[in-house]
Amino acid sequence: MASENEALTSASYIKHHLTNLTYGQLPDGSWGIAGSAEEAAAMGFWAIHIDTMFFSLGLGALFLYIFSRVGKTMTAGVPTGMQNFVEWIVEFIDTSVRGSFSGKNDLVAPLALTVFCWILLMNLMDLVPIDWVPSLATALGIPYLKIVPTTDPNATFGMALGVFLLILYYSIKVKGVGGFVGELTLQPFGKFGLPVNLFLEGVSLISKPISLALRLFGNLYAGEMIFILIAVMFSAGTVLAAFGGLLQLGWAIFHILIVILQAFIFMTLTIVYMDMAHQEHH
Amino acid sequence: MNINATLIGQSIAFFVFVWFTMKFVWPPIMAALEARKKQIADGLAAAERGKHEQELAEKAAKEKIAEAKQQAADIISMAQKRANEIVEESKDKARVEGDRLLTAANAEIEQEVNRAKEHLRGQVVDLAVSGAGRILNKEIDAKAHEALIKDLVAQI
Repeated sequence: MASENEALTSASYIKHHLTNLTYGQLPDGSWGIAGSAEEAAAMGFWAIHIDTMFFSLGLGALFLYIFSRVGKTMTAGVPTGMQNFVEWIVEFIDTSVRGSFSGKNDLVAPLALTVFCWILLMNLMDLVPIDWVPSLATALGIPYLKIVPTTDPNATFGMALGVFLLILYYSIKVKGVGGFVGELTLQPFGKFGLPVNLFLEGVSLISKPISLALRLFGNLYAGEMIFILIAVMFSAGTVLAAFGGLLQLGWAIFHILIVILQAFIFMTLTIVYMDMAHQEHH
Repeated sequence: MNINATLIGQSIAFFVFVWFTMKFVWPPIMAALEARKKQIADGLAAAERGKHEQELAEKAAKEKIAEAKQQAADIISMAQKRANEIVEESKDKARVEGDRLLTAANAEIEQEVNRAKEHLRGQVVDLAVSGAGRILNKEIDAKAHEALIKDLVAQI
């Protein structure tokens, strides 16, 4: 365990909170869980963040479980309890999709619903006091644990990559390979400005998933960072600890806004990108 | 903060979740919402229809009432007319009856008068005959003077 041989300094505390539970090839060639941040970094690409996978899959499954259970028992009569809540979200998503997506595709609305709810749930993990679950995990012998999957760029880039692949798939499906390539090369300067066109359109295409992923990651990572920094104050005397508690509460309340807003932005941009993929000319 | 295979895992999870939502979550919810929308629309339409029907019924009822009133007025006026007629009829009847009674009475009176006259005449004849007999001091032969007396009687 990391904290056994080094004193619990602020730096190590922060570092501990920013390290994922990574499973990969250890320096001695065997496979296992990384014992330190350096070890985790040395594992290269073929390693996996167990905590990110566990929490994101768990939260995604929770979302699907709740929504499919409600969907199964759904009645057209007077809605009650959970059905009301689910309907509220579904109608909100449906309105957003109808507002921004002009094409005809049965995938977009479920996609938007999945993206919104999944990201929202993952973001909401940020509001769990940052030491609870990791401390519990340490007590159980798990060295590192990050419970907010969206503060792991793998998760945000993973989703952005998914959206990007969908953009490519539908661009080619709707416009054909020729149409899509033409869109990339013949605008905005006509065929004689082909390299410039390709560069501009290529950048705008690539920037879609990257901006999606980085915006979500950046916001949540920064929010998490501030929670960690405030938490550092807890070890700095009674007065500062009390003040830190107050700050923690204030930031948590403010963070609710970011949590919801980022989920909404990711969803809206996904819809907009899908809309752009379905349009012949933009 | 290392990019590693988690990225691939997350992408796969993303597609699986989206597929699951598209297949099992979205359709039943939307179906129920659509069904409710239809129910509400039907309900509103039914309400509209009901309102329309009520209006029609109200109109019909008003017509019925007006008709009934008209009929009642007709009946009353007819009854009045009939009453007048009856009164007139009885008046006529009474008049006729009165006339008849009057005539009968008149006839009877006349009869009585005639009878009295006859009687009187007879008596006068008798008186005259006896008077004349007394004057003449002899019995008038009634048979001999019957023609004369009859003539006398006719003259009276």
